[in-house]
Amino acid sequence: MRLNSIGYLIKSGFKGIFSHGLMSFATVAIIMACLIIMGAFSLLVVNINDMIAGLEEESNVVVAFIDENLSREEAIALEPAILAVPNVDSVQFVTREEAADDFQADYDEALFDVITDDTFRDRYVVQLQDISLMEQTRTDLYAVDGVAKVNAHLEYAEGFITARNIVSIISLILIVILIVVSFFIMTNTIKLATFTRREEIAIMKMVGASNGFIRCPFIVEGLILGLLGGGLAFLAEWGLYGLVASELVGGLTGTFISVVPFSEVCWPLLAAFMGVGVLVGVFGGSSAIRNYLKV
Amino acid sequence: MVQMNDVRMVYDSSGTEALNDVDLEINEGEFVFLVGPSGSGKTTIIKLLTGEVQAKQGEISVNGFDLRRIKRRKLPQLRRTLGVIFQDFRLIDKMTVYENVAFAMRVVGASGRAISERVPYVLELVGLKGREKRHPKELSGGEQQRVAIARALVNSPRMIIADEPTGNLDPVRSLEIMLLLEKINELGTTVLVVTHEKELVNAFSKRVVAIDGGHIISDGMDGYYSYEIE
Ligand SMILES: Nc1ncnc2c1ncn2[C@@H]1O[C@H](COP(=O)(O)OP(=O)(O)OP(=O)(O)O)[C@@H](O)[C@H]1O
Ligand SMILES: [Mg+2]
Repeated sequence: MRLNSIGYLIKSGFKGIFSHGLMSFATVAIIMACLIIMGAFSLLVVNINDMIAGLEEESNVVVAFIDENLSREEAIALEPAILAVPNVDSVQFVTREEAADDFQADYDEALFDVITDDTFRDRYVVQLQDISLMEQTRTDLYAVDGVAKVNAHLEYAEGFITARNIVSIISLILIVILIVVSFFIMTNTIKLATFTRREEIAIMKMVGASNGFIRCPFIVEGLILGLLGGGLAFLAEWGLYGLVASELVGGLTGTFISVVPFSEVCWPLLAAFMGVGVLVGVFGGSSAIRNYLKV
Repeated sequence: MVQMNDVRMVYDSSGTEALNDVDLEINEGEFVFLVGPSGSGKTTIIKLLTGEVQAKQGEISVNGFDLRRIKRRKLPQLRRTLGVIFQDFRLIDKMTVYENVAFAMRVVGASGRAISERVPYVLELVGLKGREKRHPKELSGGEQQRVAIARALVNSPRMIIADEPTGNLDPVRSLEIMLLLEKINELGTTVLVVTHEKELVNAFSKRVVAIDGGHIISDGMDGYYSYEIE
């Protein structure tokens, strides 16, 4: 293909967009709408996952109490042995005095008289890696010499595992449905946009333009529309997210709701939007004219 | 140039046998009228020659392309050797006269320079000088058909094929278009014209091929209706 042809093809791709302004506008709008809905849902899932992960981390902790017969030094010396237990992420040694102070800070003064330092034991607060292995880890910690007792909230752990599974399955199903539906809508909009051009295509065929030559401007056009739709959808999503996030944070302070900052998700989101835009544009553009090319 | 031997054509969608046992030869530089009643198979012959439909049986060769064996991606090359004209002009309304003609060159990869040299020449040849910037809607039917003829000519085809080019025109415009096609033929391009217009055909002394019911029933220099239709 000669150079002047390549220039012509790209130019006519651009020209097609403007000379079919309404259809191009509709295409970009549909691509935007689909991406915004898909993006909003994905961001919701990201936030729910983040919240669950936050709560999970707080609960992904067991407390190993140290045998009272051990001296403070012996208790501190246990740290490597506890760290060596599988699934242990980090440990924090808490003396009985610190534990008593914490307790007093949290509870009513009336209890202070009854509770002395002796009531508490030295302990390790153990942060785990995987919450689903909590029961096994509790057993392993209990087997360490010098550990008298291990407190673990297994019921929380199970709750989180269930919640996480439900969220992943539902969001996976919904995202797949959304992608399929959006893809269908977006490529069909592009097809519809090219339907008004079938006469032009018929003339090109009649005078002997090659299929590649006929297809190319449509693909360029689809590509541009896809990129435009993806880019605009990204900007809209950004604005929308900022709005909703500030509304939530402002209105619900003090609750467990926290919002993932947009900067943390913006690159993957942009890449996904642009990728879907390009895919839909090129695929839509080329499949749209396939029917007309058969003659 | 064109060689059809024992061609049979059936449309699969309707099961209609549109042509049967057709033999036709057109030589370089000829001017041929193809006449016959509605539904006799005239358009079908043209579609076979341009590779739009495939024959069920027989041999067809056009400008050196064997149409029974041609690969789909070779069809554009065949079509570049043909200029096709239709009753309904088939111009692009949003393009000017100039752009409509230039478009046909551009989409086969011609350079900008070749286009700006060739298009004014062809527009002048068909008598549209001064109309370059108009849109098809701003032209008479006869002028629109001239644009279509210019577009068919612009890539210097070896043969012009016209399917009822005067079907939408009054008798005077029709004659003018026919005279233009005759002039093009005199400049060296082979011309095949499909028409039902008896007076028009008989105004020229050209070869007339008559077809009825998918069969060629006469072929000679003796004008339309030298045979009995009924
Ligand atoms: N696309 C098609 N599918 C099915 N049958 C068709 C198709 N095109 C034409 N036919 C049939 O084939 C036969 C020949 O049609 P054709 O178009 O060649 O006639 P024609 O001589 O050009 O007629 P007209 O003068 O009315 O244009 C007719 O019986 C017609 O109904
Ligand atoms: Mg016909």
